[in-house]
Amino acid sequence: MSAINDVAIITRRQLLLLSRVPEVLIFSTIQPVMFVLLFRYVFGGSIDTGQPGGYVQLLMPGIFVQTVAFTLAGTASGLAEDMKKGLIDRFRSLPISQSALVIGRTLGDSLLNIVVLAVMGIAGYVVGWRPSSGIGSIALGFIFLLCFGYALSWVGVLVGLSASDARVVQNVSFIVTFPLTFLSNAFAPTTGMPRALQYFAEWNPVSTMVAACRELFGLENQFGATAGSFPSENPLITSLIYMLIIMAIFIPLSLRKYRNYAD
Amino acid sequence: MKSVIAQDLVKTYDKGKVRALDGLSLDVEEGTVLSVLGPNGAGKTTVVRILTTLLRADSGNASVAGIDVMKNPEKVREVIGLSGQYAAVDEILTGYDNLVMFGELYHLGKKNAVLRAHELLERFSLTEAARRPIKTYSGGMRRRLDLAASLIVKPKVLFLDEPTTGLDPRGRQEMWGVIQELVKGGVTLLLTTQYLEEADQLADDIVVIDTGKVIARGTSDALKKQVGGERLEVVVEQAHVAKTLEIVGAVSENKASLDEGLRLISAPVSTGSAALFEVLKSLDAAGIHALDVGLKRPSLDDVFLSLTGHVAEEKKEEVAEKKRGRK
Repeated sequence: MSAINDVAIITRRQLLLLSRVPEVLIFSTIQPVMFVLLFRYVFGGSIDTGQPGGYVQLLMPGIFVQTVAFTLAGTASGLAEDMKKGLIDRFRSLPISQSALVIGRTLGDSLLNIVVLAVMGIAGYVVGWRPSSGIGSIALGFIFLLCFGYALSWVGVLVGLSASDARVVQNVSFIVTFPLTFLSNAFAPTTGMPRALQYFAEWNPVSTMVAACRELFGLENQFGATAGSFPSENPLITSLIYMLIIMAIFIPLSLRKYRNYAD
Repeated sequence: MKSVIAQDLVKTYDKGKVRALDGLSLDVEEGTVLSVLGPNGAGKTTVVRILTTLLRADSGNASVAGIDVMKNPEKVREVIGLSGQYAAVDEILTGYDNLVMFGELYHLGKKNAVLRAHELLERFSLTEAARRPIKTYSGGMRRRLDLAASLIVKPKVLFLDEPTTGLDPRGRQEMWGVIQELVKGGVTLLLTTQYLEEADQLADDIVVIDTGKVIARGTSDALKKQVGGERLEVVVEQAHVAKTLEIVGAVSENKASLDEGLRLISAPVSTGSAALFEVLKSLDAAGIHALDVGLKRPSLDDVFLSLTGHVAEEKKEEVAEKKRGRK
């Protein structure tokens, strides 16, 4: 019980930090909203999707997934920042559950994602995004997105604990997440890519997540599902498996890294 | 009773290449202050990290308040307070937020955590700054808040790792005042420092370490005796230097030495104040007005030099800085 209590206190700290530095929240939402507007109005006109409702219907799930994927960077740099300040030593010398700090951090980052997704959803609606499935499916889509962000924030924990410098963390996270989000079906169909890239893009968890969300938001004709590969035909189940694999690998690794930190 | 016992601690880094601790042993008697004194890289922080469960020793034993550090780290965490080299508090949160959060993490419950936070802020003169983010605090204030955080639950043993490193002289004085208050209250304290003066001021016992080993231990007085007796020092006008050298030399078994820049004449003496009186009389008779005169006991700097054969690290840095003309 006290472990849950410890986690709750750390999560609350995270929210307190957000309320003390509202810029973090503002910039975490401005960037994705900016992407929505740029892609919607810059590419939207020239990409023919054959989709009722136009490009924005395909775009929004892509940007949602891209945004939650950047949770990795947020968690990693937040943790690296704490370590730089020696704060981790204090937490580790307290009589609390040793994993509370990292678990609380991942939960706090997920709560931030809820806010960011809500703001983006509204922005999307304003520029014409209209999910056509039922309320249950839409909700499930957002739960999928939050779970994906949560799984990736455990990768962020490992990156944050491994890096020697907070600036390195930023760069590493960027180098990992940026290609992953673009070598996917998020913004453009994979059919235009060279064959090898196309396979990569279809097996890319970002693509399966985007495809899963498109399905849950009521799109039938998706671009990108071309090679008839398993992930492109079963995006929901593949995404679920990916999330479980990521958590099964990175939660134990991260917790071990944290316990042995500095050894 | 011994509150802290460390026996033959060994800790290596880089697969054995760097021996941070090389069979280090020390102990702290309950209710006393032990200062671990040594230059940078001597192993001070490593000892503290092992005793506070942050780091595992490769071999050796350690216990804190009778609890085995290796076997029951979680029990040890319940009875210790730690304040590290860097103020380990959340910079973005306010002082009050930090203390409440840590109080809750000590399972005080919200209400008691709030009460305790107010108490500690008051005690460390931080009430006015309580609602400001830590990043607006001065170095000294941060350290005080950090110290407050380590005292939320009255610890049986308190560890302070270089509590004044990086503080300006005023911040250091303030911190010493706070620590001295704690010591009066009867806390068991292990304090590391590279400031020889700090160990002298605060500690009952001093352990001098160098390259991961204890090279001397004792009270400040005992360590000073190890180095030798007192020196008599006189500062005079340039015109009187030669005559004064003669006068001071007369009361010493050795020749008097001269620091030309300071016009300081000094010599080791065994008779203490008698020699001082003798010199004053002679100076008076010669019509020389001494600008400064006194008996000086060896400083811990001298102790360190004679024990290790090299100057304490911080001194080296200071000398280097002076040479570069930065100070």
